[in-house]
Amino acid sequence: MITAGIDVGSISAKAAIIKDHELLGSCVILTGYNSRNAGRQVFDRILSELHLSESQIDKIIATGYGRNSIEFADKAVTEITCHAAGANFLNPEIRSIIDIGGQDSKAIVINDKGKVQDFSMNDKCAAGTGRFLEVMARALEVDLDAFGELSLQADNIASISSLCTVFAESEVISLIAKGEKRENIIAGIHASIGSRVMAMGKRIGITSPVMMTGGVAKNIGVVKALEEKFNTPIIVSTHAQVNGAIGAALIASTLS
Amino acid sequence: MSSAEKVKDPEKEKRKIKSDKKMRDLMTAYYIEAKTPKEQTGKKIAWITSGGPVEPLHVMDIIPVYPENYGAMIGASKMGVELCEKAEAMGYSSDLCSYARADIACATVNGGPIGGLPEPDMLICCNNICGTVLKWYEVQARYYKVPLFILDTPICHTEYNPDMKRYVTTQIQEYISFLEKICGKSFDYDRMMEVGKLSVQGQKLWQEVLDTTMNRPAPMTCFDAFFHLAMIVTLRGTQTAVDFYESLLAEMKDRIAQGIGMLAEEKYRLVWDNLPVWYRLRWLSNKFAAHSACLVADTYTSGWCSSMKYLDENDFLGSLAEMYTRIFLNTGTDIMADNIVKMVEKYEADGVVFHSNRSCKPYSLGQYDIQRIIQEKVGIPTLMIEADMSDERNFSESQVETRIDAFIEMLK
Repeated sequence: MITAGIDVGSISAKAAIIKDHELLGSCVILTGYNSRNAGRQVFDRILSELHLSESQIDKIIATGYGRNSIEFADKAVTEITCHAAGANFLNPEIRSIIDIGGQDSKAIVINDKGKVQDFSMNDKCAAGTGRFLEVMARALEVDLDAFGELSLQADNIASISSLCTVFAESEVISLIAKGEKRENIIAGIHASIGSRVMAMGKRIGITSPVMMTGGVAKNIGVVKALEEKFNTPIIVSTHAQVNGAIGAALIASTLS
Repeated sequence: MSSAEKVKDPEKEKRKIKSDKKMRDLMTAYYIEAKTPKEQTGKKIAWITSGGPVEPLHVMDIIPVYPENYGAMIGASKMGVELCEKAEAMGYSSDLCSYARADIACATVNGGPIGGLPEPDMLICCNNICGTVLKWYEVQARYYKVPLFILDTPICHTEYNPDMKRYVTTQIQEYISFLEKICGKSFDYDRMMEVGKLSVQGQKLWQEVLDTTMNRPAPMTCFDAFFHLAMIVTLRGTQTAVDFYESLLAEMKDRIAQGIGMLAEEKYRLVWDNLPVWYRLRWLSNKFAAHSACLVADTYTSGWCSSMKYLDENDFLGSLAEMYTRIFLNTGTDIMADNIVKMVEKYEADGVVFHSNRSCKPYSLGQYDIQRIIQEKVGIPTLMIEADMSDERNFSESQVETRIDAFIEMLK
């Protein structure tokens, strides 16, 4: 049985193909303004990369914010349930997940079967999300991909106290004006994300081992900040960004 | 429109609550009387807080009007944002309760649902529901230049002691003197006995109506209770409320006998905490129904009979102080948590949905603790939704949708 998972997030769209409980492949594209198109495009792309035709796919599950706009999917499942299934597939020992995506962050507690036990999400505000980091990268004129490594060179972590993205940006700008080192400011930004996510995670009783998923997991600085806040090592898979799509494809394989 | 489209879906018709129309008619009649010029009715108007002792007003033939009920109407008719923005332009903080903002702004404009509330002759403010009402009513007392009576009920974290009793009972006497002075007539204590009995009867009937959802399938959901609640809030202590709830109860019993549930299929039974999200009632109701999730009970509508047990029908005035001081919003987090735990057991609920209401601080403050207590005591999943009762700007559809969908996936 071959199944597909399509995860259309606010910033990127991801696809994964699973065959008999094995990951065949995955890919990521930018969502752009049309989530429906993005779902189609990412699906076509993975099919062509794997030299598969649509008719070979038995079941498809859509997830993420655009989940209900993917008409070719058999079912829509939330990314919370999908990330749980994906993390369990990648590492069955995992009991908690921190997922930081484009417009929200989540803490999820799961059981040994990869079933969600409890979860919490950030409220409407975008602070502590991928979009927040994008805004900061622009203010600092640094490529977002360099954020992680740069923050590890900090010698004195700057303090960013505001919870609001816009206010935090002005804090960053005033730190730049004061001549604070970029590395320290970036480390401060990561620490502020860490504090926010920690409060959310502690509320639902996050337990080790913890895995971080979502696009922001690629940022080593955020991972380190979270490890410090939670005082536990955080496991990051190379498939972190496509974990939701993997979970969706796995759940699709249980559809009859 | 073609004739085919006009045909009503018999399935839907069967599930409709017939008393809805009667309720609408009675509320319309109530507001028509309240808005009839005073020279014709000969009755004074009192604005009163939702948890305030309304019974003495009925004794004095004063028409009680509820700015909070009006706040709900403003929310349901999606006028909340416009009025809240107006209040913010007047200088009120956006962190202030949306009922307070909407009511304060509405007083100054020619409009709002039903064309605005009738002007008050007096204001009765009881702080058993929150502290915001004190300043809100002071603002309105200055605006309308009418006398204000404040009934201060100390918070009963766990118990009600003799000092509290003496303190509140004294104020009840002052309340009666206040009414006598304004109306220029003496208080009829015999009539108080009658009104008191009707109040108790109404509360008992309302609780019985709410109890009918213990049945599987539940003959109604909390979304119906949110609607039928208006009567116990506004007309508590009248024959009208008693008669209405008797007929509503009969209809619910009839639905149970016929096996009619509000949902076509009832897979999950949930409890709701906090005020409704008035401008999204239909959306939320459809959302849960699509998952076959029935909201069988809530802490809000049962609030109007939560302290009935402290009331002595034969000494209504004597027990009034205790009943109004011990309403659940005026108690501590442990009692509030215990109330939900009991509801979960009574209605055999599979989960609890919390509305973290940006407007209502006393209601929302302890919710994270209550969530934890419920998980410890009954071990069922809970969900937190961030919104506001009347200010739509604090509602994010896709955020709320993802949470509800994920919560239901978790229940499976």
